[in-house]
Amino acid sequence: MRAGSGTAEPTAAAVSQRGDSRPGRAYSVLDLVGNTPLVEISRATRAFRTRQGHAISPGVRVYAKLEGFNPGGSVKDRPALWMVREGLRSGKLVPGKVILDSTSGNTGIALAMIGATLGYPVELVMPANVSRERKRIISAYGARIRYSDPLEGSDGAIRMCRKVLAEAPERYFKPDQYFNPQNPQAHYESTGPEIWHATAGTITHFLAGIGTGGTIMGTGRYLKECNPQVQVIAIEPDDALHGLEGLKHMATSIVPGIYHEEQLDRKIGVSTDDAYETVYRLGAEEGLVVGQSSGAALWAALHVAAEIDQGVIVVIFPDFGDKYLSTNLWIGWQEWHQRSRRRA
Amino acid sequence: MSILVRIPTPLRRFTNGSDEVGTDGATIGAVVDSLEQNYPGIKERLCDDEGRVRRFVNIYVNGDDIRFLSNLDTPVKDGDEVSIVPAIAGG
Repeated sequence: MRAGSGTAEPTAAAVSQRGDSRPGRAYSVLDLVGNTPLVEISRATRAFRTRQGHAISPGVRVYAKLEGFNPGGSVKDRPALWMVREGLRSGKLVPGKVILDSTSGNTGIALAMIGATLGYPVELVMPANVSRERKRIISAYGARIRYSDPLEGSDGAIRMCRKVLAEAPERYFKPDQYFNPQNPQAHYESTGPEIWHATAGTITHFLAGIGTGGTIMGTGRYLKECNPQVQVIAIEPDDALHGLEGLKHMATSIVPGIYHEEQLDRKIGVSTDDAYETVYRLGAEEGLVVGQSSGAALWAALHVAAEIDQGVIVVIFPDFGDKYLSTNLWIGWQEWHQRSRRRA
Repeated sequence: MSILVRIPTPLRRFTNGSDEVGTDGATIGAVVDSLEQNYPGIKERLCDDEGRVRRFVNIYVNGDDIRFLSNLDTPVKDGDEVSIVPAIAGG
């Protein structure tokens, strides 16, 4: 709750919504997927200035949806669960089959968790340079990892995964997150309604990064159906060579079949340096240590916030930062920290 | 052309699609300068305004990260393999 704020706001609704919908006692970790909380990003919003010196109007609220609260630690628990459930329902996933997919990390963690829970073996193809933490988590769930050439990135993992499948198609169930309609459907059925209810229908702008495009497509479609005025804005790296692990630069990547750019209102490119510095600020100013894609997301959300006088902005924070502590994200933190202290 | 440089997908638009190029130089810094001469624009992607390797770019010499060696001053010799490895994208 905001102290000293005179504006009517949906924060209380957000809190009660979460309390009402996440079970106090669960039968399985899979029952804990979804119903993640929104948290207002208040200090960073008040402190923000554009390069031209514009502040954010007090009539604008920025909320982050903390997908790190999912049991697998990221937003990817949702599409992974929906895709596996549909596989079971359709009979494509039956006992004796192995769940196989390519991933940059979080979908792999989600599939490994779900496979462990349901008793299905999981094999994942990932670029060899994914963070140590991700490899360790996936191994802890008992899944097998095949490594693709780090120079080929996630597109290399996609191609290698297709080869593995072609060699023994009868052996595998491939959720195929980049092309499976259950990926955006998960967000249409869960993320979208959660945001709509948590903001009591007051949301005006929705922002999410593009990894497969599932989050922005599914959530965006739901919110547009509730209110066609809601602006749906995608976030991507500003260049093909970037350090925003998990985000795709669409113009230079294999475009996922579930991604339909024409349904977006807008796309914002974020530089790696801006995203990293926003991650540093989130730790120090909001008590949130998040991954680089959340930093990119908030940077874009704050710039959108500075353009409007009134509005409720919701931005997806795909995960927390614990999986990235060993990565390049933290190169430069010391310099930033010293600069911040001098300014203070 | 005695040092092999492995080029990641996002930078192949500078190397006319090649995933490996040969170059010369006694240090990684010289290799980067040589790449820039042959493929203009590539250095700006790898290094910031102060000439330091961008924090999200990893450069390896025979599998060893130059951040744990001598950064751009890391020596290279005939037959070495240099790899430029970016972050991981997408899902």
